[in-house]
Amino acid sequence: MVASAVFVTDLQGKAIISRDYRGDVPLARAIDQFQNYLANVDEEAKKPVFHIDSNGEISVGEEVGANGVGGEHFVYVAHQNVYLCAVTTKNSNVALILTFLFRLAQVFKDYFGSLEEESIRDNFVVIYELLDETMDHGMPQSLDSNILRTFITQDANRMAENSNSKPPVALTNAVSWRAEGIKHKKNEIFLDVVEKLNLLVAANGSVLHSEINGAVKMRSFLSGMPELKLGLNDKLMFEATGRSNQAKGKSVELEDIKFHQCVRLARFENDRTISFIPPDGEFDLMTYRLNTQVKPLIWVEAVVEPHKGSRIEYMIKTRSNFKSRSVANNVEIIIPVPPDVDSPSFKSSVGSVTYLPDKDAIVWNIKQFHGGREYLMRAHFGLPSISRRDDADDGKKKGENSWKAPIRVKFEIPYFTVSGIQVRYLKIIEKSGYQALPWVRYITAHGDYQLRMA
Amino acid sequence: MPKGKDSSNANDSRFFTTQKKGELHELRMELHATEKQVKVDAVKKVIASMTVGKDVSSLFTDVLNCVQTGNIELKKLVYLYLINYAKTQPELTLLAVNTFVKDSNDPNPLIRALAVRTMGCIRVDRITEYLCEPLGRALRDEDPYVRKTAAVCVAKLYDIAPDLVAERGFLETLHDLISDSNPSVVANAVAALSEIAEASGKDVMKISAAVLQKLLAALNECTEWGQVFILDSLAKYTPADGREAEGIIERVTPRLQHANSAVVMSAVKVILSYMELMGSSNSDAIRALTRKLAPPLVTLLNSEPEIQYVALRNINLIVQKRPHILENEIKVFFCKYNDPIYVKMEKLEIIIKLVSEKNIDQVLLELKEYSTEVDVDFVRKAVSAIGRCAVKLERAAERCIGVLLELIQTKVNYVVQESVIVIKDIFRRYPNRYESIIATLCDNLDTLDEPLARASMIWIIGEYAERIDNADELLDTFLETFEEEDPAVQLQLLTATVKCFLKNPEDTQDMVQRVLDLATEESDNPDLRDRGFIYWRLLSTDPEAAKMVVLGDKPVIEDDIFKLDPSLLNSLIGQIATLSSVYHKPPDAFVVRRAAGTGLGGDEDDDEDDYEAENDVGGEDLLDIGGMGISDGGLYEPKAPMNKVVGPEKSNGIEVHAGFRQLNGTIRLEMDIQNISSQASVHGLAIQLNKNSFGLSPASQQIVCNPPIPTGGSGSAAVELVVTPSMLAPMPPGQPANPQVQVAIKNMATGNVFYFAVIFNLDALFSQDGTMERSAFIETWKSIDDRNELYGTVSDLPPSNVDIESVINKFKGYNCFFIARRPVPNAEGQEVVYFSMRTVTNMEFLAELTFKQGVNATKICLKTEKAAYAPLAKAALESMLRA
Repeated sequence: MVASAVFVTDLQGKAIISRDYRGDVPLARAIDQFQNYLANVDEEAKKPVFHIDSNGEISVGEEVGANGVGGEHFVYVAHQNVYLCAVTTKNSNVALILTFLFRLAQVFKDYFGSLEEESIRDNFVVIYELLDETMDHGMPQSLDSNILRTFITQDANRMAENSNSKPPVALTNAVSWRAEGIKHKKNEIFLDVVEKLNLLVAANGSVLHSEINGAVKMRSFLSGMPELKLGLNDKLMFEATGRSNQAKGKSVELEDIKFHQCVRLARFENDRTISFIPPDGEFDLMTYRLNTQVKPLIWVEAVVEPHKGSRIEYMIKTRSNFKSRSVANNVEIIIPVPPDVDSPSFKSSVGSVTYLPDKDAIVWNIKQFHGGREYLMRAHFGLPSISRRDDADDGKKKGENSWKAPIRVKFEIPYFTVSGIQVRYLKIIEKSGYQALPWVRYITAHGDYQLRMA
Repeated sequence: MPKGKDSSNANDSRFFTTQKKGELHELRMELHATEKQVKVDAVKKVIASMTVGKDVSSLFTDVLNCVQTGNIELKKLVYLYLINYAKTQPELTLLAVNTFVKDSNDPNPLIRALAVRTMGCIRVDRITEYLCEPLGRALRDEDPYVRKTAAVCVAKLYDIAPDLVAERGFLETLHDLISDSNPSVVANAVAALSEIAEASGKDVMKISAAVLQKLLAALNECTEWGQVFILDSLAKYTPADGREAEGIIERVTPRLQHANSAVVMSAVKVILSYMELMGSSNSDAIRALTRKLAPPLVTLLNSEPEIQYVALRNINLIVQKRPHILENEIKVFFCKYNDPIYVKMEKLEIIIKLVSEKNIDQVLLELKEYSTEVDVDFVRKAVSAIGRCAVKLERAAERCIGVLLELIQTKVNYVVQESVIVIKDIFRRYPNRYESIIATLCDNLDTLDEPLARASMIWIIGEYAERIDNADELLDTFLETFEEEDPAVQLQLLTATVKCFLKNPEDTQDMVQRVLDLATEESDNPDLRDRGFIYWRLLSTDPEAAKMVVLGDKPVIEDDIFKLDPSLLNSLIGQIATLSSVYHKPPDAFVVRRAAGTGLGGDEDDDEDDYEAENDVGGEDLLDIGGMGISDGGLYEPKAPMNKVVGPEKSNGIEVHAGFRQLNGTIRLEMDIQNISSQASVHGLAIQLNKNSFGLSPASQQIVCNPPIPTGGSGSAAVELVVTPSMLAPMPPGQPANPQVQVAIKNMATGNVFYFAVIFNLDALFSQDGTMERSAFIETWKSIDDRNELYGTVSDLPPSNVDIESVINKFKGYNCFFIARRPVPNAEGQEVVYFSMRTVTNMEFLAELTFKQGVNATKICLKTEKAAYAPLAKAALESMLRA
């Protein structure tokens, strides 16, 4: 369960900052090896977990251990233009290391607004402090930026004698995510129910996979130590409390729910009650997943007519499959095109179309897409008379196929959830007895929304 | 690049300003400045230099000088510097000791913790002596933040000086911290103990019934990271029976709902490991659990790609172990265009494992889609997957071949080559069924330039030579370049030509002669020459025999190339979420096992035996946290009860006597081996155990006989055993445990495998911490129902074996601990003696032995909750008495 050392590097693998936790790995060499891995291993052969044995041989997966024991194991994640990497010599818990690295990146982002080479250099003193507090002897400790902030600050003027600061109780308490004595003038809490639709449609138009990934996001501005209870139209909860009849037709069956650490899981397992003391500020209370077949909210069909050596034509039809009183905002339909097209021309019944040569795609923007409508768009490109055919075999293959990437769609539909999930109540009890109002919003948006082209 | 801003600006990058000559001198001046701000900035500049890799160790004393400060930030920086350079300046580091000790007494808990944490990171031997005092205090500090930091520090100290940890009783204190009121302290104590257990190979974590309850309670309260520590230590624990396993699973299941993927995966590990114990009688509960596991596993695929990768590697294991869990979820493993390649490859592997006749059509559509993608490796794997589906599903084979033929028509070079390779496998799996497609394959002959594809095509030609009109001509074209071919192609070419000749001798006489010449005379490759000579001899002496050999039936192939051996699979399930589960390799295969006890006093041996010996000499067991020092020199050392388990008739000439015993906390299977008539010396054995009632499995499968045992000689060998839940045989309820442990041995010298069973003597499982407080003993004794009592009499003992003092001493050697003795009222000369035992699997046994003066017999009364094991415990007591 341990990491020997953690370091952050730029995209070339040059170390920006590092921390050696256990002294059992020569850190400078490990960083060199990581750099070497980034530079010399084929992009396609890279994996987030790999091993370098004592002779410097790199191996992944089943090959590991072929040359006997020893060496170092690397676990890394990419984050914008830096890598966060952990090294270990033991049979460590990789899942733990990975979640730690992601959360560490989040802590840095919470602190500095962004995580990149400059922000690390600008704040290296605080980063060292954070590295010291978030992990000890390779074991993750506290990674809650709200709590860390109460005793590790970026104040320019904290040079003053600050020997009075004490470790916040939350650092070791059962409620490790909320400091004591929080005060807000106005006690408010905002709930956003955000559903993202993942969709994979085969070239023949059949839906291969559709899935709703929902999240209940909260922004909590409540004083003291409030006890909250959230009521959803959860089918299993109705059943557990014997009210299945009462809520007939209105309840939703959630396939898998994941909760923020503040939610009492044993309680939920018991009677499906969602009870918790929220952290202050923004957090994801829960995420859920539904596998039910849903109608693709925005449907796209493409007819492509390539004429080799002269031109290529697209006819794109899109249709909205939701009630006409709802509106999808900022719809973007992204259609891949071959890399060597020229002289684009477009004709569309609505919205605007742009060609993005750097992405090898055209984007059809529709600001407001009402439910139950259908629109058409035609695109026309010239193709060079000499194609990449002259290239080597593999190159030819790539050139011919890269524009066969799937069509992607982006959209946002406010006041609407595909699943039909509803917040029935949010009870807030605090011993001082203040009244607080919850504000609820619903929104449905695209997730990983892909339609393969024929 | 000075930013030119005011020095009070928070932007630290200014400290990286490159400095010219004399910078160190300048820095040194600043470090000694009286003005605080200058000092702080100077230290920051030093740390900045350190960060970019400049050597600033020469400023050691100057930086150290700044440590006397009330400014935490400055103190942290100086400590950071110390951690970095302590190793290069061990002598000077000692100068910091005073500050550490002082800080560890600071009124501010942040500083107390910081001092202890930092001291633990300074891996200088001499510092550790000074660490013990503050650490001991910190472990009992009133502030939980200090205690939790101190708990981890014990693990740090163990890394450098394990004997100091034992000497100071820190392991004991850590164990006490499991009962701490603060959940973070509990979690860190568990983490530290687990780590020490792993490093030392000894069970210092010891989960007793009470500890178990503490852990389960803390699971609900501690941080997500702490939950992972606790779950991981639970996964290593073996519940005593199915009921206990089910109880723990119930408490662990809510963790599947946690947002943190690491918590989810560790919970899955515990549940899957314990499910093994639930027994088949409990199929309803198992089915319900199976249903509960699917959704969280699927949700893991919505995480970041790196986590998906780890999840997929684990799901690969899970679908092999329990295929039902995800049998209906194949669609979630369909690849997305923008999945990273490492995710796609793993998804494909799982698709093949989940493919069935129900979903094959959809899977084929998907695989066809993938084979038009950009990435060559992925495309090849997709094509190969189509072939594997055909081999796996007989009824779908034809459809698979149809898709492969379509793909061959695309004429994309690597697609064609990969198709040929898998079609060869399909031909092998279904002989004489799909030859109609050979013509299509032959059309693409000249595009094949990879050895494996060429070899596959040649194999097909040879195998179906009689159906291909111009088989000899085709082979002939290959022969022209024989010498340039890859060895694999050469071998296939040789075999195919011989096949062709046997089927059609008239036209191919010349060709076969040519290829035999090429193979035997022109080639340097020993494999090729050997095969050539064999064919030559066969063909020249007995063509009929040659036919039988070369054209004989081939063994059927199955799609099991990627299937793991069941015992490896079981052990990997216990490793879910770890590196081991990602590599699909047991930890032993890649992690250096470190013996404890290295590092101090020059005993830098990593040899387990030496370590044990050293332990004996030292007269002190490092890990004996029960406070039961074995310092009294006359400690009884139990012998393994050796019985003949296999004779020469069953094992190709080897006789084995075997028995179990415990030595210094490790369970061993000891064997006396007599090489009666095996021709080769026995130099090494490989061992495997069947699942058994005790969960025993060998720590290493290799046994080295040193020196080797020549024919007629004898020697002995010992195998260290470990207890793992996955090796527990399911037990029918109400039946006594089966004492047999079934063993398979392979003699590496001869390749011969033989089997035998050894009766397990339960005393080998008695743990060193089996002693109890007298009051606890009485309470437990009372709490156990009388129905769970077992009586017996052991008679005809030699007089010396009924002397109570010596029995007590002897039993201690067996980890059977004396609790109390008292005369029986109203029965002259009778005395009862009480003992307690606890197995390393946490079964407790309480015994009452009655002795009567002048009688060479003893009455035994045994109490335990584990009725199934009671007869074994009784038998163990009996043999201990007789020993």
